[in-house]
Amino acid sequence: MNEKGFVPSGLNFTSSPDGLLIVRLMGDWKIGNPLPLADEVEKKLAAGAQIKRVGFDTTELKAWDSGLLTFLIKVKEFCSQNKIPLEAEGLPEGAKGLLKLASAVAERKGARKEVKRESFFSMVGASAVEFYRSAIEMLNFIGEATITFTKFLFGKATFRRTDLFLLLQECGAQALPVVSLISILLGLILGFVGAIQLKIFGAQLFVADVVGVGMVRVMGAIMTGIIMSGRTGAAFAAQLGTMEVNEEIDALKTLGISPMEFLVLPRMIALVIMMPLLCVYADLLGILGGLIVGVGMLDLGFTEYMNRTREALTLTIFGVGLFHSAVFGVLVALSGCLRGMQCERSASAVGYAATSAVVTSIVSIIVATAIITFVCQVLGI
Amino acid sequence: MTEEPIITVNNLDMGYGSFVLMRDLNFIVNRGDVFIIMGGSGCGKSTLLKILVGLKEPLRGQILYGDVNFWETEPSERERFMKRFGILYQSGALWSSMTLAENIALPIQQYMKLNADQIGEIVALKLALVGLAGFEDYYPSEISGGMKKRAGLARAMALDPDILFFDEPSAGLDPVSARLLDDLILELRDSLGTTIVIVTHELASIFAIGNNSVFLDVDSNTMTAKGDPKKLLAESKDPKVRRFLTRGAEGGEVETS
Repeated sequence: MNEKGFVPSGLNFTSSPDGLLIVRLMGDWKIGNPLPLADEVEKKLAAGAQIKRVGFDTTELKAWDSGLLTFLIKVKEFCSQNKIPLEAEGLPEGAKGLLKLASAVAERKGARKEVKRESFFSMVGASAVEFYRSAIEMLNFIGEATITFTKFLFGKATFRRTDLFLLLQECGAQALPVVSLISILLGLILGFVGAIQLKIFGAQLFVADVVGVGMVRVMGAIMTGIIMSGRTGAAFAAQLGTMEVNEEIDALKTLGISPMEFLVLPRMIALVIMMPLLCVYADLLGILGGLIVGVGMLDLGFTEYMNRTREALTLTIFGVGLFHSAVFGVLVALSGCLRGMQCERSASAVGYAATSAVVTSIVSIIVATAIITFVCQVLGI
Repeated sequence: MTEEPIITVNNLDMGYGSFVLMRDLNFIVNRGDVFIIMGGSGCGKSTLLKILVGLKEPLRGQILYGDVNFWETEPSERERFMKRFGILYQSGALWSSMTLAENIALPIQQYMKLNADQIGEIVALKLALVGLAGFEDYYPSEISGGMKKRAGLARAMALDPDILFFDEPSAGLDPVSARLLDDLILELRDSLGTTIVIVTHELASIFAIGNNSVFLDVDSNTMTAKGDPKKLLAESKDPKVRRFLTRGAEGGEVETS
């Protein structure tokens, strides 16, 4: 017995003068036990052309499992390739039966998947077509969302008020802890980076400008946007995706209830209301983070810092920040819902929907920021 | 019983994109039928059901409800028709964020001007009909699979539909629950005069409740038999239909290749 408790397996051959090759199997033929390779039989078959039949001797075979069967199947293949009859009589009853079962159903033609090598151009073409299709789908979705929103403004959309309140709570109050942590840290980081540079000029006081304007004008909105796309956008996609998998969305449609109104609209409203509020909150905490650096590291006074911040900030800056965050709210809600509604019917598709919702919303947040910043630049805001 | 066609399917082709799953489907469902759509796995039974209820467009052909061409009317008109359908989905498809009562109340609120008390009474009635009295405030995740199916049925019946569609009603149910569901379906047909369309491959149900059927054959991509399943069993000469209806005991060797 070896360390695993197996009797070592073995293999040898005896050939009789009338052309019968006896394959003698010995010991435990179990998976996990080092087993002789079927190639040895092949070598034997290739070497001796006078072999007419192959038989087995299993008197010394102890235990066996699929390890023996895979060996036998290979031997059987060699034999049929070389047109040598295989005599299964010597094998244990069970192995004989299983061997017969494994070869009873011939491999179905075309069942095995072939790896198709597509040319570079056909792959590029296919993805271009796919891109076009998904762009159309996205535009459709945005169009439908707009119509639904207009319907809501005229008070004609159907959704449950309780759903809206739950969503408001979910993407408002419940997001506060993570938003707090990240915006304080972001304020600290902005403060530190600013402090090191400004100290060179002896202009420490202007840390308040860097942090205040940076946070309020754009960083607060971007950070809440990114947090919410990871937190809420992914959740929306997963919720709607699971509803799609579960046929719940079909059930809505067949009852004449528009999923756009019933599911997408409350999510959109909730985020559009909550994002600006979260953004204001993030701005405040960011300024607090800057204050910690200013007072703790640069020896500025509390009032001095706050006064400087107040001077630096204008209502326009604040408005631009709020506008950003309202836009991000729409983007995060739309990408989450879009990916959720596009979800296919499997568990992995739900995961994919959530991932792709986060990617879509972060990309669209950054692109939207670039556009808004550019437009503000041109308009001189 | 006089035969009055309620659903007429003419030369229907269905599939996905350029892939045709089934072609040339022609059959009639009469008022008061328990109509079975049967066939092996993957033959497109559920797809056919989706087309019948308006969730998926056919590639070609007509579906007439009475004498209205379902897929060629305006979407708003189609929606009005869909209101007359009740559908029990394979997994129940109850809205998981709502209680059973809210699930059943939603379609009622959508289409009828009733106050909360009246809706509550209807909800209680529907739940009692499917044997779930008192389960109003449970969430779908809190009840068993069989109960979910029955709750799904209660929701499908919420608007007293003319036609009830079932997608594999007995899938995942134990034999006794499946039998009870069959009895319930017959009871609904008899007492409310509802026409019933069922997608299933459960032989026991097919013979117990079906009085009309269509058999979809996956190899020839079309329907190969229609009519009362009991008659099909007695009279059909088609080996594939026989094999299906006898669980492989007749109709030649079960193909293994």
